[in-house]
Amino acid sequence: MKYVDEFRDKGLIKNVAEKIKEAVNPKKSYRFMEVCGTHTMSIARFGLKHLLPPNVKMLSGPGCPVCVTPTSFIDKAIAYAGLKDTIIATFGDMVKVPGSTYSLQEVRAETGNIKVVYSTLDALKLASRNPGKRIVFLGVGFETTAPTIAAAIMEAKSKGVDNFFVLSGHKVMPPALKALVKDKDPRIDGFILPAHVSAIIGARPYAFISERYGISNVIAGFEPLDIMQGIYMLIKQIEDGDPRVDIQYNRVVRAGGNKVAQNILKRVFDSVDAEWRGLGVIRASGLRIKREFSRIDAEKNFKTKSRTVSRTGTGAEINLPRVRDAADKGCICGKVLKGLSEPKDCKLFGKGCTPEHPIGACMVSSEGTCSAWYLHL
Amino acid sequence: MCLAIPMEIVKIKGDTAMARADGLEREVDVRFLKDVKKGDFVVIHAGFAIEKIDKKNAEETIKLYKEMKR
Repeated sequence: MKYVDEFRDKGLIKNVAEKIKEAVNPKKSYRFMEVCGTHTMSIARFGLKHLLPPNVKMLSGPGCPVCVTPTSFIDKAIAYAGLKDTIIATFGDMVKVPGSTYSLQEVRAETGNIKVVYSTLDALKLASRNPGKRIVFLGVGFETTAPTIAAAIMEAKSKGVDNFFVLSGHKVMPPALKALVKDKDPRIDGFILPAHVSAIIGARPYAFISERYGISNVIAGFEPLDIMQGIYMLIKQIEDGDPRVDIQYNRVVRAGGNKVAQNILKRVFDSVDAEWRGLGVIRASGLRIKREFSRIDAEKNFKTKSRTVSRTGTGAEINLPRVRDAADKGCICGKVLKGLSEPKDCKLFGKGCTPEHPIGACMVSSEGTCSAWYLHL
Repeated sequence: MCLAIPMEIVKIKGDTAMARADGLEREVDVRFLKDVKKGDFVVIHAGFAIEKIDKKNAEETIKLYKEMKR
């Protein structure tokens, strides 16, 4: 077994689609949200919406880390890139995201000091190979990715790598889900919960969704068969009148999650209120580097200041541009991220805004809802 | 961004292992896993193995889908 192809078998996917048709009550409508961008991408790529009955609607959620990263984070990264002897290390997904004025990609052409890395450990190696430079790693991602950054931070400290810094823009999923269900608009009957976020945190942090709000949940894998079975399990929960958190992706997700990774997260990060593009500031939804590791925290070592550019001591003051959001141009990414609107509702979709020339973040990331719609629907 | 790829562990030394999928091998970090050994399948995200794949559960899931045939 390779654990991929088996879960893309067309015959088996059709079997589950039939089961879904049998299980739904034709008099009801079902509104499900796939929280994670990787699910959105998979649903679009494998055409799963066409296999669902007309009364089962899938909404896309805010689980695309690149999409919810606020413009101000990109602006800060670009400002760091303008500093002398500084290299920005980032995952590839981030380079095309527009800031207020530029994206990292546009700056890269000019400065040449933006490096795409596959892993945080590659960024750490970059620091060791370039002792005369300061490496600033852009820490973006949910609970899946954050432990890998935490591991690099611990390693930088223990090995005494003194030119490695992290700008932490990490976010955690459950508080964002809480904000969504509290809003009650749009109506959501069930969540397809993230696969690999849940591999780290387990099932328990989602219990409040069913217990307090009576909404059904299934943690589903990213392959098409996983998603279809997840939808089937949601319908069963609703028809049985028993909302809970089920794990469809039980080949990877354990109820208690990955304790080693959880402990590393707790060791390195504190929780902090964080801004989500489209959702606003959500209480305790971000991760801030603990004081013990402040030597590595970019925000503690590089001071940001508007208008003037000057250098002070070990840190440096950097210039931040005026925040001009894509919303100014008519982008409705914020509503798309909450499941309130679909890409087709946006006047820019496919016209002024395409994957080659994205305006809003939902079109930038390959896992953004707009990009998934543009490429596959 | 939360994609993780199933790979098989082919060699392991401390926290570093070599993992293989589709004939390609790469170095991965296994510090998040206890008792990982050669021959285990793991899911890799950003160079780190984030969890082991439970073979029995995977096989049971596929069996369940096959039984769904009408």
